[in-house]
Amino acid sequence: MLHELTLTGLTAKLAAKEVSSREAMQACLERIDAVDGQVNAFMSIDRDDALGQADAVDAALAKGATHAGQPLLGVPVSLKDLFCVKGQPVNCSSKILGDFRSPYDGTVVRKLRDAGAVLFGRINMDEFAMGSSTENSAFGRSNNPWDLERVPGGSSGGCAAAVAAQECFGSIGTDTGGSIRQPAALCGCVGLKPTYGRVSRYGVVAFASSLDQVGPLTRDVRDSATLLGAMAGHDPHDSTSVPTEVPDYVSELGGDLKGIKLGLPGEFLIDGIDPEVRAAFDAAVKQCEELGAEIQEVSMPHTEYGVATYYIVATAEASANLARFDGIRYGDRVDGDDPFSLYCNTRGQGFGEEVKRRIILGTYVLSSGYYDAYYLRAQKVRTLIKRDFEQAFETVDALITPTVPAAAFKAGEKMDDPLQMYLSDIFTISCNLAGTCGISLPCGFTSDPKLPIGLQLIGKPFGESQLLKIADAYEQATPWHTERAAL
Amino acid sequence: MANNDFDIHYVANLARIALSPEQEARLAAQLGDILGYVKKLEELDVTGVEPMAHAVPLANVLRTDEVQPSIPQEAALANAPKQANGLFVVPKIVE
Repeated sequence: MLHELTLTGLTAKLAAKEVSSREAMQACLERIDAVDGQVNAFMSIDRDDALGQADAVDAALAKGATHAGQPLLGVPVSLKDLFCVKGQPVNCSSKILGDFRSPYDGTVVRKLRDAGAVLFGRINMDEFAMGSSTENSAFGRSNNPWDLERVPGGSSGGCAAAVAAQECFGSIGTDTGGSIRQPAALCGCVGLKPTYGRVSRYGVVAFASSLDQVGPLTRDVRDSATLLGAMAGHDPHDSTSVPTEVPDYVSELGGDLKGIKLGLPGEFLIDGIDPEVRAAFDAAVKQCEELGAEIQEVSMPHTEYGVATYYIVATAEASANLARFDGIRYGDRVDGDDPFSLYCNTRGQGFGEEVKRRIILGTYVLSSGYYDAYYLRAQKVRTLIKRDFEQAFETVDALITPTVPAAAFKAGEKMDDPLQMYLSDIFTISCNLAGTCGISLPCGFTSDPKLPIGLQLIGKPFGESQLLKIADAYEQATPWHTERAAL
Repeated sequence: MANNDFDIHYVANLARIALSPEQEARLAAQLGDILGYVKKLEELDVTGVEPMAHAVPLANVLRTDEVQPSIPQEAALANAPKQANGLFVVPKIVE
């Protein structure tokens, strides 16, 4: 069946003219019709637009366009509901944006189009990317394809669920504290968070601007390499994007792990890791050793301060970024007698509870009298966390850790205790604080119920090439990425 | 990092978010827990440590001051909840 192919498998068939882009798009739509009632990954799909794009690609292919020039030619890729696509709605799974439609294409959207991708669908997420389960969506949660009673992770949970349910050939999400890697781990797919500055954030609704980064969720490592190559690069519209060269990530894949040094941070392997996750992780480390990697223990002494630092820095930035949702220029407005009450009413009714909680926390840590004690101190601890990474990378090429301490949890389990929900991001957060790149890929399953387990590799800043190479070598030696959820 | 003086009503007002009394009570309790947790950072000695605002090795990114294409006024106003004469309409600000 067409929908079962990897992105790379599909491009081979498109290039050989064995299938058309319309057939590939149609296969996704049929798969969505069959399973999305259970998974609930998609919030909306403009089918005519999607098929129209596919037809345009088919016409280009007939005229001689090739995958050498446009590596994603004809490939249906879905987008998290925070990318601006001209003329299409974007809601960030929030009520506050109302019937907003984007007046322009963001840079990632433009680059994926230039590479020939067929961009379709708005994928469910935690409201404004704040959450670890999609339960904070104002439009209902998405479900984990491996067990529909469980969450797919978050905030890019819909993206991971859509990839795991084979409803698209890849999905684009964002990662602020683990929002690509954690759902990838919980749904058994590959999720890559590039280095801060690697991919433009122009036309991506901001949550925490010093941490947000765009990245792919896919069925395997090679597919992520292909999508990253299409999206990466400097953009004059995003002054934090870095003007370094974009390597050919795909052509550098292959080979074993001889000469690679992997760092095992003792501080990550704390009590509280689920025994099955720990066993799968230990086996993955051993597998990497067998592939030629040298394993070295490294120390990351500030790991335990990551979550506290993150929830000060991220909420402070969110409180500033989300000030734009005020009911004046776009989105829903709830009237008031004066501007002040209009703002309060609009935001009080438009934002969900987690978003309110974080904006209020962020406002507090930035407020007069508390700034030094909270925000400034957190920024200093962030420096110490970054130094941990710099020191580790003096001796090793990448770090190897579990992505999350446990497999997917049941819906509702952590909703009453925000702090417990935050702590599920403990292994992914420091990568964002340090601004470097990380990837999660499948490394096994729990036994009963059968749920995916994720392995995280963290690479050097702008070291995506080597990171993908290591991940690919592990993946090619193991069967986990070929397993599919029964739906 | 004293947080016993965390006044939810005051901070929600600063953030321009209207809360019901029930929401205030629930959020105050949850934020109290979170602020208790982030007290952890007090354990560290940060004397002489430079604060880090972001991770990119770039500073003062400038471009030449040239007029670039931008979206037309009509498109910029298309999402406005209320507009008239090419302007956003807001409640009266001065008496």
